[in-house]
Order: sequence, then C-alpha cells, then structure tokens
Amino acid sequence: MSAAVQILKPFMSSSIQPQGAAEVHPDVLLVERARRGDMAAYEKLVKQYDRQVFRIAQHIVQNREDAEDVVQDAFLKAYQKLDQFQGNSKFYTWLVRIAVNESLMRLRKRRTGRMVSIDEDVETEEGSMPRDLADWSPDPEALYGQSEMADILRRTIQGLPPGFRVVFVLRDVEGLSTEETAETLGLSIPAVKSRLLRARLQLRERLSRYFKRRNGQAQGGEK
Amino acid sequence: MTCTEFLAQLDDMLDQDAAIPLRADLQEHLRECDHCEVTLSTTRTTIQIYRSHELYELPEDLRERLHKAIMAKCKKC
Repeated sequence: MSAAVQILKPFMSSSIQPQGAAEVHPDVLLVERARRGDMAAYEKLVKQYDRQVFRIAQHIVQNREDAEDVVQDAFLKAYQKLDQFQGNSKFYTWLVRIAVNESLMRLRKRRTGRMVSIDEDVETEEGSMPRDLADWSPDPEALYGQSEMADILRRTIQGLPPGFRVVFVLRDVEGLSTEETAETLGLSIPAVKSRLLRARLQLRERLSRYFKRRNGQAQGGEK
Repeated sequence: MTCTEFLAQLDDMLDQDAAIPLRADLQEHLRECDHCEVTLSTTRTTIQIYRSHELYELPEDLRERLHKAIMAKCKKC
C-alpha cells in the first residue's frame, strides 16, 4: 500500500470509496472531516466556494439581497445534507446544484408564487443563422473602460432567458464541463449543448450592437 | 458544408471537441466563408470577455458577514 493511501485510509467512510488515492479530491477529505463535526473543515469549503456561489446566484436572481440569502441557504442546506454527498461527483458541482435550486426557489418567491424553472422562455427550435457579418475590430476591450464594459456585459446577459443564462454561466464563466453542467441542472447533454449554442450566439449578437455603435462613433470622430 | 451545418458544429469548434476529419471540413468551410469566420471569432471573443470580467464581486466585508452567519446556522444544526 502506498504512503498516500495509508494517509487517506483513516478518513474514509463506507460511503466514499475512491478507486485510487490519486483520484481523491481534497474536498472529499474536508467533507469527511465536516461530517465528523469538524466545523473548521466546513468553513474551509465555504471560503473556497463562496465567491462562485454568490456569482451564480446573482446571475440567476439578479438581485444582491436575494443572492446573499441564496449563499447562506445553499451552504446551510449542503451542510445538512453532507451525508447524502456520495463523493462520486465533485463537491463543487453538488453544491452548485443546491445553489441553482435555491436561486430558482428565490425567483419563484419574488414572482409571487409563479413557478420558475430552467426551462422558462426556452424555445425548442434550433438557433437561426446569425444576421451580423461585422467583425469586432479594434478589440472591444480597447473601446471601453473596465466598469463600462462590466455594465454592458451585465445588461447583455440579464436579457437572456434564465434557461440559457444559467447554462452559459456554468459552462463558460464558471468552467464546468458539459457533463457537469448537465448533471448540475438535471438536463441532457444535447439540451445543454443546444442551450449553450443559442446563449453564445444571442450574447454575441447583443454585444455586437454595442461594439458596432461605439466603433462607428470612434471612426466618425477620426474623420 | 453549408453555413447551417457549420453553425451546428460551432460549439465543438469553440470547445476544440470536433473530431479531426470533421475539423478539416470545418476549416475548409471557414476559408471560403467570411460570415462563418466572423461568427466564430466574435463568439470566441464573447466567451473570453465574459470569462475575464468579474461581474458580481463579493466584497470582503459582506463575505465575512456571510461566513459568520453561515457558520452560526450550521453550528445550531
């Protein structure tokens, strides 16, 4: 038995069965310690993922107070359900799934009981061909200051239907794989791919309107 | 390859997932089609811009407040 396996073995419960020492994610050990009452271990997990959970929540609920509540509720619920975490998925994707559900519940409450799901406003037909042929030159980043660009990006992504927005955020902003995104949202892989394509094209088209306008102004000013 | 067929594979191009024979077909289409070339490059830029900007930062004072609240609630469980 390798030294690594000997070190890890005492921390393993019967519910976590790694296939090899190299595959054990450090989070799994923190979860195991937290299950045994080590609050410092759970606090480490909170500190590790609070920023991401806050970002995801804010992208979905689009309201800072609600996002703060989601962060608290998601970490509390995760703590209460630690025994249900099997260790065969990443703790992070398991936590994100809880946070997404909490965010959708929060949206539903805000909309006076109307059901909100990640299927809302999602059309089923394939994406149409982009209409726009203009390239973005010069680099759009050179046209705007940091805060102006962030404002444009926020306004642009807020215009997407929630079902597209959440897929884009998890896949392209937070860097989850297609499979992890599908698992987190309870969607099929083809559904994730379809929504991602449409989200990317819609964002591109919306941003294009800003960048072309500013580019036109810049060129007009040079004449 | 038509533009519609190219678009159906756009994500695989962006994510570098396209199988090598298909990738050659896609590259050939790109050489002949300005429209798809622009769509690919601007969509790639869209993703890069969103990745590189922190749209919703968690301020340190709020972060500390949330930590305290979360850990206090967990301890009561």
